[in-house]
Amino acid sequence: MSVIYILLSISIVVAIGFFIAFILAVKSGQFDDDYTPSVRMLFEDELVKDNQEQTIKTKQIN
Amino acid sequence: MEQHNCFHCGDICDSEQISYNEKLFCCNGCKTVYEIFSENDLTCYYDLQSAPGSAPKEIQGKYDFLSQENIIEKLTEFNDGHIQIATLYIPHIHCSSCIWILENLNKLNKNITASQVNFGKKNVRITYKTNQFSLKEAVLLLSAIGYEPYISLDDFKTGKENINRSLTYKLGVAGFAFGNVMFLSFPEYFEVGEFWIEQYKHVFRWLMFAFSLPVIFYAGRDYFTSAYKGLRSGLLNIDVPIALGLTVLFVRSTVEIILDLGSGFFDSLTGLVFFLLLGKFFQQKTYSFLSFERDYKSYFPIAITKILNGIETPIQVYDIKKGDRLLIRNQELIPVDGILINGKAKIDYSFVTGESDAVTKNSGDKLYAGGKQTTGVIEMEALKSVEQSYLTQLWSNDVFNKNKEDGFTTLTNTISKRFTIAVLSVAFIATTYWLFVDSTKAMNVFTAVLIIACPCAIALSAPFTLGNLLRIFGKLKFYLKNASVIEQLASINTIIFDKTGTITSNKLSSATYDGDLLNASEELQLKNTLRGSNHPLSRTLYDILDEHDIITLNHFEEHLGKGIESIHQNDTMKIGSASFVGLEQDISILNTTVHISSNNKYKGKYTFYNSYRKGLSKLFNLLKSDYDLVILSGDNSGELENLKKLLPAKTKLIFNQNPDDKLDYIKYHQSEGAKVLMIGDGLNDAGALAQSEVGIAISENVNVFSPACDAILDASKFNQLYKYIKASKQAIKIIKWSFVLSFFYNIIGLYFAVTGQLEPVIAAILMPLSSISIVIFTTIATNIVGRKLE
Repeated sequence: MSVIYILLSISIVVAIGFFIAFILAVKSGQFDDDYTPSVRMLFEDELVKDNQEQTIKTKQIN
Repeated sequence: MEQHNCFHCGDICDSEQISYNEKLFCCNGCKTVYEIFSENDLTCYYDLQSAPGSAPKEIQGKYDFLSQENIIEKLTEFNDGHIQIATLYIPHIHCSSCIWILENLNKLNKNITASQVNFGKKNVRITYKTNQFSLKEAVLLLSAIGYEPYISLDDFKTGKENINRSLTYKLGVAGFAFGNVMFLSFPEYFEVGEFWIEQYKHVFRWLMFAFSLPVIFYAGRDYFTSAYKGLRSGLLNIDVPIALGLTVLFVRSTVEIILDLGSGFFDSLTGLVFFLLLGKFFQQKTYSFLSFERDYKSYFPIAITKILNGIETPIQVYDIKKGDRLLIRNQELIPVDGILINGKAKIDYSFVTGESDAVTKNSGDKLYAGGKQTTGVIEMEALKSVEQSYLTQLWSNDVFNKNKEDGFTTLTNTISKRFTIAVLSVAFIATTYWLFVDSTKAMNVFTAVLIIACPCAIALSAPFTLGNLLRIFGKLKFYLKNASVIEQLASINTIIFDKTGTITSNKLSSATYDGDLLNASEELQLKNTLRGSNHPLSRTLYDILDEHDIITLNHFEEHLGKGIESIHQNDTMKIGSASFVGLEQDISILNTTVHISSNNKYKGKYTFYNSYRKGLSKLFNLLKSDYDLVILSGDNSGELENLKKLLPAKTKLIFNQNPDDKLDYIKYHQSEGAKVLMIGDGLNDAGALAQSEVGIAISENVNVFSPACDAILDASKFNQLYKYIKASKQAIKIIKWSFVLSFFYNIIGLYFAVTGQLEPVIAAILMPLSSISIVIFTTIATNIVGRKLE
């Protein structure tokens, strides 16, 4: 069997893999809201810890 | 006087100031929200954006209906007895602070396990445990922090929202196949005749065939169904030549690879479908924060309080029967026509009529559905059910079930008819010629003509031109429902305006005084008395009057629904309705007035006028040469003289029109060949907006509701209307030019096809080239048009 068959099947399998990933992403609603996630990812630092640790910002206020 | 802004909501703190934690607040509500956030370590809210909040409103008893099981069932999307998930629409969502606080709701209440904001749709999806918590408590919590959800009759539908993502899937399939087929056909483009390609070409060809199957049977399916529908109704729409081209492409390619005649045109086939779907995708621009389909359901509450034997129970609005005794709280909407039983009614009919002044009603007066109670609690008796009320009956008119797009032939479809006939004649003539000259080539030429003439570029012209203009308009605060509105807008010849709220602004902003002149001390007292009142008319008058020093009043009292009274250094002043200041009868019934008396002596009155929008005369003068102009108002003719002065002489002025009259007026003129653009604002224009070719709703704030329409125009851009119509006409011109451009490509292609030398590689180059150059041409041209608008 020639190497061309192996290469073709690998390339097609990889392509189909990405295609399935795309379909699943659309299905899960990943592209429905294209704004909020871009804001949400900036909140990491502001997340309030459950142990009620005072952040520098709240100390200034109180 | 130095002005302070509230730390929470940013409003100016003038009537009262509350200081807490060295921050200033405009009211106790704002302070309470701040307290809640600081107790829970959520003050980052104020770091992300300054003054992001809104003051919480009085909601006592408003959400009692949310404790009813059947209503909860309808509002939640998941409910297993322990956990419920509900999506609530919150109009106040406007900045990153809002997202942050709403996604940290679990810090305020442990029973909320998750909350996720969709900023575009302005909603939050909350997951909560039901053993210690409920939907009602969640809504109350949101209201307490200034994020009151808006729950209307519209939410009250069974079945979950179905998002249609099929176009995205189809585009994905076509793009995937297009890429792979291109990659598989490359060897044959350049290496024809080499040994290895001879050996493996069948593998490549059958793989291409396999990739094109989902494209023709799934991604391109819509073109076949649309062409079939068109043919059955005797229309040669643009999808007919497309479907014909696709079929010929697929059949000829398959025959070629079976009989080993060539490599087929699978690359062109998949590319064609991909580009066509791309055009469709581009044209589909939706504004998730706007809705163009609203009817009364979006305005009406879901439940109302019914009084039976002195017991108040919340009932669903649809369950209201004739004779029911209903309780309407402050700021609640009247859901049915009825009779006022007791309480002081001051009804704001702005939803229905666009009229901003509240109307006072006495016990025994008739109340119409759609009005909003603005002072205190009233009791009323229902006379009709919801669907039979005066306002809601309008929606039973046929015009609301009609799809406007169906009755409209687009430019593309007009051209497609001639195009299809021309292509078919070329194909038959060329085939006949070859039958006599070289009959082996006849079939080849016939199919080649149909393939190369497949009107991809024509089909793309309109979507890309209109889609791009749609986006440009959106940036300029003119929001269109879909792209075909632009084409309709370019074809109108009559423009009909509503008066109140459309050509006038909703705010009363000018006032004239007549009566005895006020002396300096009276003016001072007037200004300072008004400062203390929050009544809209007081605020307006306060803003109109000249600046004065601040004095401390000895006595100040506000009589709800009547007026205000103040004492300063032994001088008593009364401001308010005619009867309140001691005037026997009000002679100026047509206008909104505020009367003033000092020391029980009548002084005079301020009469308020709606001010006309900026640039109104100029706009009408620009429009008058090309269009018939009509003003169709639900109001009395009090403003007739004023309008005559302002507007061009040929403008028709028609007053006292009820919603049905407006609809009929448009229908009549349409039957005489008028293409009508209706511009309105209130629900009373809803029928007219639906009946007209293009209905534009004017909105002071696009986030609040406007009636069903084809487009929403921000009020600040009202004077730009002429430019928008002109831009639409230019868009049509651009489409026509790109038709010319694509005919040029077709003629080149047809030369190859008719002479029998169409190679797959030529088709594969010519098709994307024509499509891409059309896209570039239309994009550049519409951007030039758009730049002129700014």
